[in-house]
Amino acid sequence: MTSRFMPLSGDPPGSKVLSVALILIVLVLALAPFLFPGAKPLNVAAKICIFIALAASYDLLLGYTGVVSFAHTMFYGIGSYGIAMSLYSLGARWDAVGLGLLIALPLAALLALVIGLFSLRVQTIFFAMITLAVASAFAVLASQLSWLTGGEDGRSFRVPELLQPGTVFIPRDVLGIAVTGRTLTYYLVLVCCVLLFLLLLRVVNSPFGRVLQAIRENPFRAEALGYRTVVHRTLANCIAAAAAAAVGALNALWLRYTGPDTSLSFNIMLDILLIVVIGGMGTLYGAVIGGTLYILAQNYLQTLMGTVSAAAGEAGIPVLPQLFHPDRWLLWLGVLFILSVYFFPTGIVGKLRGGSG
Amino acid sequence: MSATDTDVGAALPKVRADYLPLLLPVVLALAALPFIPSGSTWVTLTIAGLAMGMMIFVMASGLTLIFGLMDVLNFGHGAFIAIGAYMATLVLVPLGNWMQADSIWLNLAAVIPAVLFAMAVTGALGLAFERVVIAPVYGQHLKQILITMGGMIVAEQVLYAFFGPQQIPLPLPASLRGSFMLGEAAVEKYRVVCVLVGLVVFLGMLAILNRTRIGLLIRAGVENSEMVEALGYRITRLFVGVFMAGSALAGLGGVMWGLYREQVNAAMGGELLVLVFIVVIIGGLGSVTGCFIGALLVALATNYVGFLVPKAALVTDILLMVVILLWRPRGLYPVTSR
Repeated sequence: MTSRFMPLSGDPPGSKVLSVALILIVLVLALAPFLFPGAKPLNVAAKICIFIALAASYDLLLGYTGVVSFAHTMFYGIGSYGIAMSLYSLGARWDAVGLGLLIALPLAALLALVIGLFSLRVQTIFFAMITLAVASAFAVLASQLSWLTGGEDGRSFRVPELLQPGTVFIPRDVLGIAVTGRTLTYYLVLVCCVLLFLLLLRVVNSPFGRVLQAIRENPFRAEALGYRTVVHRTLANCIAAAAAAAVGALNALWLRYTGPDTSLSFNIMLDILLIVVIGGMGTLYGAVIGGTLYILAQNYLQTLMGTVSAAAGEAGIPVLPQLFHPDRWLLWLGVLFILSVYFFPTGIVGKLRGGSG
Repeated sequence: MSATDTDVGAALPKVRADYLPLLLPVVLALAALPFIPSGSTWVTLTIAGLAMGMMIFVMASGLTLIFGLMDVLNFGHGAFIAIGAYMATLVLVPLGNWMQADSIWLNLAAVIPAVLFAMAVTGALGLAFERVVIAPVYGQHLKQILITMGGMIVAEQVLYAFFGPQQIPLPLPASLRGSFMLGEAAVEKYRVVCVLVGLVVFLGMLAILNRTRIGLLIRAGVENSEMVEALGYRITRLFVGVFMAGSALAGLGGVMWGLYREQVNAAMGGELLVLVFIVVIIGGLGSVTGCFIGALLVALATNYVGFLVPKAALVTDILLMVVILLWRPRGLYPVTSR
């Protein structure tokens, strides 16, 4: 693992436990279609890939540049809707996928540039508020312009034949599993997310990435050293936006559907924030650890909470059943989030690396 | 001695009063007049806009004051709005008979305790929130945003846990329902009440800030808190007091909004927070007057545009914010140098 990442970035995981965990996660994700047959586990695995890449692109902003943006889902949504709208209107063709990407990625970067030039020269707080307002307006627009986006129902579409679940590549089962277009789509998602992650790792460890960290630590000093902080921040914003749009496109291809709930909802923004903070801000590996744990928790913790809730209900304890109701899992993650900002500002990865807590 | 005093006074440059932003809502209202088919519709729309603006102002004023004095951006402010509205239902649902009664005194006997209860609870929660959650992260913007965001998530989930996910009805008292005729225009009674409450809050805040000793200390604290502390005043106490007042105002705004929509749900905190942020940005972070004008501008514009081009109303507030920031990049009345 370490030797593989070294030539790319010179930023190895830096802790044995962390390295082992990362290798394990990558191995399991790589073999997921064969290790866990069935639709739900594969969905979870794909979601993990997607959220790792998405959180990594957000970490470039939050962790490395110290910019709090609430517009990340907007860019993610632009990617999703780009693919969805072009596949919906042109049909299941590869050039439609290309066209969607060709429009969505530059559009996301351009929008990030406009927002950046407009407001990145102001302080963190101002930028956070402005991005929140812009993103919510975008979400409202997407759900209201139903002739274009399908409104609240979103758009279901067909993917190119190669990726369709009905396509079978190998007539006989491999290791007891049918190799279909679904499997291919999963590997497309996985490979693209790995590539995006490695690209981001390269960016944060480049001279440009070092300047971003300098800006995060002390913007005045960075400016005094001659770096144009607004330009650097805006560029970081554009890169993160384009990466988020790419991830959004992958998500749309995987789901074969795009709607406000799967691509623009504020809950996704919360997911990303929680993943980055719990995993560890300013360490891209934090996105891997945080994303994996978070998505697993989201999908399997609820079952556990349901059991606790039912048990507490039978035992006749008053408020506990409501607090542990499966729908309230965000409550506990919120508490965990606050505690980790206080006590583990460097997150799980920071702890594993033995950095100052 | 007195001669020197006058000399010092004379040496200070006179601060030029900046009246231009004050005219904006008036200009906006007059500019909309020719586009709207009848005068009576215009009156109805304007009063609806004023009422909505006043409610948003009540919610936003606390936030802007907290920011101006303490340099804390409280994303949890939306939670206080929702909590205020829920607390009002706790009082008003049992008193349903008084609310339905035809006597204005019985109605008030239900509404006033509900408002006071909501403000007391949100104020007390504000105190706890400031002491427990925010106090450790003063001066660290990134952590403040993350922590208050976390507080917002937790508060919303706790509301769901206690009150359930469904919407709770919060009906208007009988005597505030319906409308009366102003010339040919129908005016809803409750909107007039909202305008009056908003005006009282605005004038009260201006009076406290400009005419009292506490207001003097608050304004001095906004300018330079270390200096005020060095002069021997306990600025932290003042901070806590302002935070409580701001949270209580959010609670009041929540009750007003809940009665206006006649229903309450936990997601309203997050939805209104966005609107409140836009207003605070337009006004200039920390400025009460700017916040007042910003709220009126946003609400009036949304109402006029909503009547003329319904779809466009969804993004009116964002466009308004962009235009204002292009004109004055730090809001209408930038307060601090921060």
